[in-house]
Amino acid sequence: MTRADGWLLAAGALTLPLWLQSPYHLHVAIMAGIFGVLAMSLNLLLGYTGQLSLGHAAFFGIGAYTSALLTLKLDWSFWPALAVAVALAALAGFFIGRLALKLRGAYFVLVTISFAGVISLVSINWIELTNGPLGLPGVPAPALGPWSFRTKTAYYYLVLAACGLSYLVCRRLVMSRIGRALVALRENEPLAESVGVDVTHYLVLAAVVSAAMAGLGGSLYAHYTRFVSPEVFLFTYTVTMVIMVVAGGKGTLAGPVVGATLFTVLPEALRAAASWQWQMLAYGVLLVLLVFFLPRGIVPWLARVMAGSQAPAEPDSPTIRR
Amino acid sequence: MLAVRDLAVRFGGVTALESVSFEVRPGSITSVIGPNGAGKTTAFNAITGYLRPTGGLVTYDGAPLTGLRPSAIARRGIVRTFQKTSVFPALSVEDNVLIGLHLRGTAGFFAVLAGGRRLTAEERALSSQARAVIDFVGLGHRRREAASALAYGEQRLVELAVALAAKPRVLLLDEPGAGMTGSEKAVVSGLIRRVREQGLTVLLVEHDMRMVMGISDTVIVLNGGRVIAEGSPAAIQAHPEVIRAYLGASAGST
Amino acid sequence: MAELLQHLLNGLVLGGTYALLGIGLTLIFGLMNVVNFAHGEFYTLGAYVSFAALALAGIDFFAALVVAIVAGAALGWICEVLLLRPLRSESIDTTMLVMIGVWIAMQNAELLGWGGVAKSIPHPFPTAPLVLGPVAIAPLRLFVLVLAAALIAAAWLLTQKTKLGRAMRATFQDRDTAALMGVGIGRIHAATFAFGSGLAAAAGALLGPIFLVYPSMGDLASLKAFSVVILGGLGNLPGATLGGLLLGIAEELGAGYISSGYRDAVGFVIIILVLLLRPSGLFARQERIA
Repeated sequence: MTRADGWLLAAGALTLPLWLQSPYHLHVAIMAGIFGVLAMSLNLLLGYTGQLSLGHAAFFGIGAYTSALLTLKLDWSFWPALAVAVALAALAGFFIGRLALKLRGAYFVLVTISFAGVISLVSINWIELTNGPLGLPGVPAPALGPWSFRTKTAYYYLVLAACGLSYLVCRRLVMSRIGRALVALRENEPLAESVGVDVTHYLVLAAVVSAAMAGLGGSLYAHYTRFVSPEVFLFTYTVTMVIMVVAGGKGTLAGPVVGATLFTVLPEALRAAASWQWQMLAYGVLLVLLVFFLPRGIVPWLARVMAGSQAPAEPDSPTIRR
Repeated sequence: MLAVRDLAVRFGGVTALESVSFEVRPGSITSVIGPNGAGKTTAFNAITGYLRPTGGLVTYDGAPLTGLRPSAIARRGIVRTFQKTSVFPALSVEDNVLIGLHLRGTAGFFAVLAGGRRLTAEERALSSQARAVIDFVGLGHRRREAASALAYGEQRLVELAVALAAKPRVLLLDEPGAGMTGSEKAVVSGLIRRVREQGLTVLLVEHDMRMVMGISDTVIVLNGGRVIAEGSPAAIQAHPEVIRAYLGASAGST
Repeated sequence: MAELLQHLLNGLVLGGTYALLGIGLTLIFGLMNVVNFAHGEFYTLGAYVSFAALALAGIDFFAALVVAIVAGAALGWICEVLLLRPLRSESIDTTMLVMIGVWIAMQNAELLGWGGVAKSIPHPFPTAPLVLGPVAIAPLRLFVLVLAAALIAAAWLLTQKTKLGRAMRATFQDRDTAALMGVGIGRIHAATFAFGSGLAAAAGALLGPIFLVYPSMGDLASLKAFSVVILGGLGNLPGATLGGLLLGIAEELGAGYISSGYRDAVGFVIIILVLLLRPSGLFARQERIA
């Protein structure tokens, strides 16, 4: 993707509310943005360090509940609540990162699942705080001075800003020595250690940043739907994130954004044709098919197709910069 | 100076290293040889922190290394390579070497997020250092290619470049010539000599006797988890116990 | 005291089926290096097949149990041949993603096929509990305990005494050497996966009449199976048996004395604690560092 393409895309995203007249379409765009943040967050761990977290719904849920509780019970305004939500999610990420320091692969997956399981059970059972399965209605819409983000258009820009910020954070990280250290962990951990990369330090760092971003997504979700219940911890959310990242292209910057857009718009478009269960069934089958036929994801595949048509002599040069 | 004192490694009931002591003179090329299973790689793993020794001490310039993690040992200037080809396979040669340059960079998390001129300057400096290392091992024409796409011999050179990028003071090479053709081995031997000329200390494990005898200042012979001989290549070749160890264990392995 | 004994007995019944789940998973994990996130779905499958055979086809309770086990094993076999065999040289993460896909697909297929309403499997046992001194046990639960014990014994005999079992153990020790010795890795993997899936289906068909049958029941079963595997150590069959019993008892005690809402948290906490403190499992001897 060239710089011009990037500006074109940014211009498209900024003017989207002008093109999309129906509030429903805008709603889909907002959800795509929130899932974009979540997918980028998961990609930081899965795509770059190579560690699959199946507990990402926990960070998402922690962000959502923290933000909702602070605004509802302590009458905080949205912005400090958002900051604390992100910080608490980051703290949880630090905790998980330290916990799973020496665990890789399947064991890492299991610890993250278990963590999410425990947090989810707490949200159901700690009724005095969370109102249990009934959830917390009436989460207020954010406001900034005189402006309220009550309208869909306003909220769209809020989510877009969060998306842009997350993308920037990922991009800066990935294209630095920190990003190279993360990829080194994924590619060959003993070799990385041998040249002085403190692998565990960078794994914890990635977990913290990733969890913070998921917390950001959670807070945005809570103040958009105005309602938080233990359903935010549903495994479905984690699965959706995984599919978005794997389909879009793990370990690429654009992949999660492409995946999130595709897998928010597509299910909505197919809503009339297929029920939610059919879609989930299709997700499962799709994940299997992706592994078999497009293991690197859409973005690398597109990049290869485009490079092939323009300059066939150029050898496939996988670098960290994409 | 790298010094190994009474190093012992036991796996359950099996003794891999019984009690190994040796010193590596600064600026020298020292080789560790011995029949298969003599404990050479085990010794490397114990020195570089990949294995916690059951007993003994490894020091560098008097400071103990034992108990430190591999990355911390690398930070003190002791960098190793691996017996089996070990690169970052999906990454370009340049990115491989840039990871090797990790300790040369200083930018932390917040500096990276903030961006700015200093960060750009550092990245540019790292790139030019990477280029210099890649040119040194003679892979300039392969810079943009994925390490996994390279021929075996070239991959071993990438490995060497990654280790050199970490700017070691002591370089530990685990069978740098394994599986290479004669001319490739000559290239590697030449590189090792040039590395030493730049003031590095080299400790290597190698099976190829011609290569060992050609470049080493000192040869250490391990057998059955202990040092059975140490001396100049000429002295080692004439050492009766070495001859017995080699002929007794596997006559054809040299 | 009587209450404690009662909890222990209930825990043993639960634990027996957990052990069945764990044994299947530990073999698949240890031998094939596949993290089978769909394991719980074979448990669900067993319960539903048993329900279908009983309630719809009108087969006898015990025959339905056999049908469920065979169905689980058959689908496991197909799964291995179609999905895992082509990916044998791929990394553990790749197969893990595939099995996550299978998990989601199977669960939602069940949801579509049977609906979200829980079903109960009818059984021929009298409901009046048998009173044995200070404790009481429903005859159905006693049957579940005995059958689980029999299946565990069968699994042990299979791996220790048969030619297939020897080949499985050889493959577990060292895949390459086993292949050199003429062990057909493809057949061993398929047999292992079928065997493990059959055991999971058996656990589902056994617990189905005690609890209710619903499409997402496999999620918790998977987690319990993973807790058992982690407790017992990878590929460790006696470890999985002990781990299963321990988890069942710990859950009963936790639910009885702490809070029933956190019953399912016991498994999660066990996973986290054991992985942190003793990653090689509670019953493993000191592992070789290499």
